[in-house]
Amino acid sequence: MPAAHPTLADLRARIGEIDGSGSRQHGVLPFGLPALDRRLPQGGLARGALHEVAGGGHGAVDGAAATCFVAGIAARCQGQVLWCVSQADLFAPGLAQMGLPPERVIHVEAGDDVSVLAAMEEGLRHGGLGAVVGDVARLSMTASRRLHLAAKGTGTIGIALRRWRRQADASDFGQPTAAMTRWRVSELPSAPLPVPGIGRARWLVELIRARAGESFDLELEACDGTGHLGLPADVADRPATAAGGQRAFG
Amino acid sequence: MWPIDRRQRQAGSAPSAERPLIIAGRAGSRRVVTAACPAAQGFGLRPGMAVARAQALVPDLRIEPDDGPADARALERLALWLLQRVAPIVAVDPPDGIVIDSTGADHLHGGEAAMLEALAGKLALSGITARLAIADSWGAAHALARWGAGTVTIVPPGGADAALAPLPLEALRLPAAMAAGLRVLGFASIGDLMDQPRAPLTRRFGAELCRRLDQARGLASEPIAPLRPEGLIEIRRAFAEPIAAPETIARTIGKLVVGLCEALAAKGLGARRLDLLCSRIDNRTETLRVGLAVPQRDPARLTRLLCDRIVTLDPGLGIEIMTLTATIAEPLSPRQASTLLDEGAPDLSGLIDTLSNRLGPRAVFRFAPVASEVPERATIRIPPLAEPAPVAPDLGAWPDHWPRPARLLPRPEPIETMALLPDHPPRWILWRGIRRHVQCADGPERIFGEWWKREAEAQAVRDYFRIEDETGARYWIFRQGDGEDSATGSHRWFLHGIFG
Repeated sequence: MPAAHPTLADLRARIGEIDGSGSRQHGVLPFGLPALDRRLPQGGLARGALHEVAGGGHGAVDGAAATCFVAGIAARCQGQVLWCVSQADLFAPGLAQMGLPPERVIHVEAGDDVSVLAAMEEGLRHGGLGAVVGDVARLSMTASRRLHLAAKGTGTIGIALRRWRRQADASDFGQPTAAMTRWRVSELPSAPLPVPGIGRARWLVELIRARAGESFDLELEACDGTGHLGLPADVADRPATAAGGQRAFG
Repeated sequence: MWPIDRRQRQAGSAPSAERPLIIAGRAGSRRVVTAACPAAQGFGLRPGMAVARAQALVPDLRIEPDDGPADARALERLALWLLQRVAPIVAVDPPDGIVIDSTGADHLHGGEAAMLEALAGKLALSGITARLAIADSWGAAHALARWGAGTVTIVPPGGADAALAPLPLEALRLPAAMAAGLRVLGFASIGDLMDQPRAPLTRRFGAELCRRLDQARGLASEPIAPLRPEGLIEIRRAFAEPIAAPETIARTIGKLVVGLCEALAAKGLGARRLDLLCSRIDNRTETLRVGLAVPQRDPARLTRLLCDRIVTLDPGLGIEIMTLTATIAEPLSPRQASTLLDEGAPDLSGLIDTLSNRLGPRAVFRFAPVASEVPERATIRIPPLAEPAPVAPDLGAWPDHWPRPARLLPRPEPIETMALLPDHPPRWILWRGIRRHVQCADGPERIFGEWWKREAEAQAVRDYFRIEDETGARYWIFRQGDGEDSATGSHRWFLHGIFG
């Protein structure tokens, strides 16, 4: 419980001022899910910082689950969202179902990664936006540092949605960047329903790296119509039968 | 066709087959047909024919007197409309043409072919019959637009000679007597003239012939004097010494913008489009066009937008005149900066201007719903600050009782499947070489073709399924057809989107 102890929290704040992670003055955006917020350094996703999200497995190429995760975060921010892409395959009705209606998103279609990063930086420096999202494959230390500083100046959340053309390129995700947190979201089979059909989508949300925090992974239910994640009932309550049953089938 | 189009636009009537329209002018003492509408041409009426003969051929003929000055004025208005939309340098090419210098402007419209297509569409919608051509020189474009094979011609750079060779001599903008004289000598096409020794030609016909030939082939320069309408807000600076350094250009832009903003403020206007014209000492004009999402007259912002693009200017040996014009200006009333009430939505126009001038105006957009069940038609791109068009509330938003994927493939990709017909989801799918076993599925969601849009869709049906494979990946697939009747589709399967 990082934020629980007052002395520790104070120390963390002082370190934060020194190393310039700068989340203190802009506050955080909580997920509204105690199981998740409790494990994050300040009890939420720091505003005025850059965060990285990628999909796991096939998601490294199609980035669908990561897109929904990011759309849920953006939906809970106040104000307009700038979404910069280099390949135009976002489907606005799908985003609207994650709580991000079309009138809140300004799309930018830039030709390549360099233009996407430049457009993101421009958006982060503006300050009037709620969140800035960019689909990028390569994110160097320099580029991420620029984005992080731009975000820090205005308090806008910057999210780099890492998405690669080929599965093999996804090893790039191991390279260090200046991002505050680094998430990986992979699809899991949905909860079985008593009738034929697909239940609410489930994800394995992994926090791979967090500055001043610890990494963890958590099985969560996908965003609802307002962008809020859910905790699966069997994880929340852990009835012995459900847990045992899953093991037996696995 | 311009006089005919103008009259029909004025009257607001479509050309009618019952009452063909001709324009009658005077040639000496005779009344002759100067233009005829397509219906009249179908009856065999041609420009140059005597009016009396035309009346004898077609009894119920509508005859309008020739009005050259009015045609010219209307043509100038059309040129002005093009100036505001297409490129900074536009001029009238009387009696029936408009010449546009599209250098550096085509990429804003998505390339030359896309630009011409969009332009032809817009003109056709306004009821103007237009023939368009792009070539290296004014002369070549003029000739190909009037005498080329198709209604839209694009000549690749350096291809002007080959394109011009088969055209008749009249395409060179020569006086009629000179063309007739050349014909007597046995010259039929421009190609015949190109290889001739020039001295005898010049001696016989004067310098005009070789000048026109060189202009068409791009060997002689022919500057276009841009159209400057009355009341256009324009600031001009001429330099004692030509300038070329980017810093100097930036400083000059700053001074020009301040002057322009003062002129705009005096009229209560804000600029929506700025054109910077730089006349180089070798008599070429470099242009720079900047668009704005909302009317603006803030010098710092306009200067920044213009200075961002200095790299695209080629100063050559030096620039001697710089002109800044507000090509489109709209009323801009002062606004109260702050109130005691809540702050409104933050002003994003500056950000949008910066991005759209850097990446092109089509690159920054917002999606708006369209009342269509077909997924790829369910969205339309609108300008980022535009209000979405009001639609009926029950049709406006997308349906939310069926899940929609976050990523939609640009076009559906064919997959191989094994499925029970007619309404079962597949047992497995093979997509991009990987076989995925379907664990659970939802569907079908049946989407019917929009018969009111295309005849071919009258019977078409798509059955959409949402499937989940053993790793948890969720896809949106559909079958073309209802699974029973082959008239509704080919019964092939496609993958269309990916759920999170």
